[in-house]
Order: sequence, then C-alpha cells, then structure tokens
Amino acid sequence: MTSALKSLPSKWLAVYAVAYMVFLYAPVVLLPVFALNDAKVIAFPLTGFTAKWFGVLWQTEALHGAVRNSLAVGLSSAVLSTVLGACAARAAARYRFPLKRGIMSFIMLPLVLPEIIVAVALLVLLMQLGMPLSLVTVVLGHVLICTPFSIAILSSAFQGLDQSLEEASFDLGETRWGTFRRVILPLVMPGVVSSLLITFTISLDEFIIAFFLTGTEVTLPVYIWSQLRFPGKLPSVMALGTILLALSVLLLILAEWFRRRSARKQGIEASATGGLV
Amino acid sequence: MLTGERRQGLALISPTLLYSLLMLAAPLIMVLTFSFWTQNYLELDTTLTLDNYREAWSKPIYSTLIFRSLKISLIVTLVTVVLAFPIAYYLSFHVKRRKALWLFLITVPFWTSYLLRVFLWKVILGYNGVLNTALKGLGIIEEPLTFLLYNANAVVLTLAHAWAPFAILPIFVALEKIDRSLLEAAEDLGDGPVRRFFRITLPLAMPGVVASTLIVLIPTVGDFITPKLVGGTDGLMIANMIQIQFGKANNAPLGAALALSSMLIVASISAVIFLLGKRFGGKVQ
Repeated sequence: MTSALKSLPSKWLAVYAVAYMVFLYAPVVLLPVFALNDAKVIAFPLTGFTAKWFGVLWQTEALHGAVRNSLAVGLSSAVLSTVLGACAARAAARYRFPLKRGIMSFIMLPLVLPEIIVAVALLVLLMQLGMPLSLVTVVLGHVLICTPFSIAILSSAFQGLDQSLEEASFDLGETRWGTFRRVILPLVMPGVVSSLLITFTISLDEFIIAFFLTGTEVTLPVYIWSQLRFPGKLPSVMALGTILLALSVLLLILAEWFRRRSARKQGIEASATGGLV
Repeated sequence: MLTGERRQGLALISPTLLYSLLMLAAPLIMVLTFSFWTQNYLELDTTLTLDNYREAWSKPIYSTLIFRSLKISLIVTLVTVVLAFPIAYYLSFHVKRRKALWLFLITVPFWTSYLLRVFLWKVILGYNGVLNTALKGLGIIEEPLTFLLYNANAVVLTLAHAWAPFAILPIFVALEKIDRSLLEAAEDLGDGPVRRFFRITLPLAMPGVVASTLIVLIPTVGDFITPKLVGGTDGLMIANMIQIQFGKANNAPLGAALALSSMLIVASISAVIFLLGKRFGGKVQ
C-alpha cells in the first residue's frame, strides 16, 4: 500500500470504527439479554437465566394471528414487488424508451419519500374510494415501498446478462416467452430469490404503513406496538424481537448468498453494497 | 412512431409504472386535493379553501412543531453524516479484504424491528436504564442522569442510530470510486495528507455526502415513532401531529395540509443542499 492511501491515522480510525460498531449494536445486543433474563422489569442488574418468555409466546393467541398476518402480507408483498421490480429492472437494463429516466425516478420515489406521506396519501385515497382497511391495503402499501428495493437488487442481475445468449435462443427457434423462461430466468434466478428474501424482510419489519392501513387484523410490528404499553408484556416482546432478529439475519445471509451466486453465474463482480446504492 | 424497441420497453415497464401511478401518483394528488377541503368531525366539505394552510401556518402549535422537526432533523442529519464519514473512509481506504463483511455487519442492526430498536434506546437512556446503572456502578455519578431521556437529545441519538447505515453506504460508494492514483499524484506534487484530504478526497466524495444528507434528512422529518417513544413533550415532531390529525382528531384535511407543508419545506431545503453540493463538489449526479 502506498503512503498516499494512509492519509489519515490508521490506528485511530480503527479505534473509531470499533466504537461505532459498539454504538450500532448497543440496542441490538440487549434484545437477547433481556429476552433471557428472569425478571419482569427490563433493567439491570440481571436476575437470572430463563427461557420462559419464549414459552409465553407459544400461549399468546393474539400473537399467532399477527404472525400469520405478517407471513401472508410478507409473502404477497415479496412476490408482487419482485414481479413488478423484475419488469422495471429488465426494461431499464435492456430497452431504450421515451421518458426512461423520469419513469424510473418516479418508480424509485418511495425510497426517499417519508413513509408517513406514503401512508397518509394511500389512506386518503382508500377512504375516498370507500375501500375498507384490511391486510390487502397493507399489501398495496408494502408493494409500493418494496418495489424500489427489488429494482435495485435485480438491476445488476439484468444488466449482467449477455444479449447474445438471447439472440442465439431466437436463432434456434425459441419464442420470446420461451427465451425468457429457459434462458433469461435461470440466469437471473439467484437475483430474484435475493429480491424475494429482502422484500419479505422489509415487509415483515415495516410498521408505519401497516399502522395506518391495517384494519382489525394486525401485522407483527403493529402487534408489538400495542404491547409496548404494557410493562408486564415487555419480556415476551423481547423474546419475540430476538426471534425476529434471528430470522431477519438468516434471510439476509441467504439473500446475500443468492446475490453473489447471481453475480458469479454471470461472471461479474458482486458489488459490496448489494446494489442498494 | 415508436420503434419496436421503444414499444417493448414501455410495454415491459407499464405494469410497474401503472402500479406507481395508481398507488403513488393518485394518492398524492388525492391528498393534495384533500388539503384544500375541510372537515368538521365527520362532515367533509369539498369546497376548495386555503383554511387548512392558513391554520397550519399561523397557529403557533403547528409552526412550533414544524420548526422543531426541521431543527431536530437537521441536527440528526449533521450528526449522522459526520459520524458516518470516518467509518466509510475507514472501510474504503483501510479495510482490504473484509469490506463486504464490514458492510454486512453495519446493515444488520438496521434489520431489527425499528420499534424495538427505539424502545431499547429507552431502556439504555432511562432513569434506571443501562447507562445510568453502569455509570453509578463505576462510581462516576451518584444520582441517575435525567437529561438522557424524554427530550430532543434522545430523539437525535435514536434517529442518528436508526439512519446510520443509510448515511454510510452512499459515502462509501463515492469514496470507492475515487481514483487512487490522483492521491498519489498529489503526493508526488508535494501535498501533505491534510491538503490531499481536503483538495481531493472530500470534493470527490461530495456526491456521496450529499446523497447521505438527503437520505437521512427527508425521512427523519416524517418519523413519529422515535419522538413518541423517547421524545417526551419537548421532543414531539410534526409527524406526531399529522398522525393525531388522521387518528384521534379526525381532521384528515388539516393533517394533509400539515404533511404537504412540511414536505414542501423539506423539499426546498433538500434542493438547496443539492445545489450547494453541486457547487462545492462539482460532480453530483
């Protein structure tokens, strides 16, 4: 390494980086700590080790409903936003068409709009249409905010495609659909799986839109929000949060693995940031 | 006349575009229309009027909340970006092989339930919280500190934590794009490390810094969970009021006017930041 690249003191930066990680992880590490602590109050000192709060989760009927709702919303949002994301990412990577930049920026807009604006705007529209709030309306909102993430992930997968493969397939007599199904889809499949996992995770953790658009059937974050008011419920909420954290991390690792596989398949370098920026 | 390629491109993007038009453009137009209507509890009056905007801009409570939100959001943005820059710099310039792992570790906390992260800051900063207990245990303080929780500081800290990954990633990407030979050239021409940083690294990283600033600033103005959980009465922000208008107060038109007013202000500030960044950095995309 040349000295030019070491222009700031390396040691101090490393110390800073570690301190920063402590700051980032401070709340996160407390989650399992309090989930496994044998006390009703969320405070130090810890009183003893227990797994009973996880047991409480098994007996809470309302929670099971929320889990089912979140899974249903997450799966629908993931599938729909990945399909919409694939259309947009493919169109942007393969074709030139009028207003392309404007259309793409508009579709990506939810990434920078405050969620509360998206949520109240949808709420106002649904109110005017007289559409009752339900899990369907939550899905409508989630698809809107998940699609830009899906496009970001799928863009690199579609950009890496070699167009000559497609042309070869046409020359050999495949139809457009046949080419998509038998040539393109297998090549972008890892990217698609990665997009499904990421959008599912986003939907699973999303609160603001669900809070405004949910009817009587609540999703997990809305359920958690309702529980935060009751001190007695907090330890089991910590246990629930621990499970959700583990699940999110697992899905992220899987998503990252598929994304890298997608990049490897096409012989391109997987960008370290996951194509999200 | 559209050529085949143009037609195919438009056809392919049309489902996504249609969805965005129906679920984003239509709602935004609706909310704009709504803000010019009035509501008296359950009766919606569809006569166009500026009453909601007049109320939003003249009643002290709303202007106080809007300006407090802007102040808090700007401080959050400054703190987050200033804290993020060195870490992005460290990852880009000093970490050699484990960049992807570091980036992964930075994004993991972001994927924990947002509600629980905010709640846990409450646990850390509270009167009998982790921080006070630790400081008392170490004998640094005698009585628990009370300025930690239920004020604007707590909101700033919690939001700075929540948006950290979004600030780091764009700066990291901008730093990664810097051609290292420029720095070597500067060194050969006799520039010291400080001059190199301010004359080459920082200007070239500007697009990332501007992107980070906007990515943190815009959404934080719309957050109502953090102010509600850790903000106390002095930490409440405009989004809390918007939520109240759509919920308990049952005055959606006023809520719409408040939401659009704050968005308009944030959009103008964002435009200024963008133009300043363009001027000083030269190459903002």
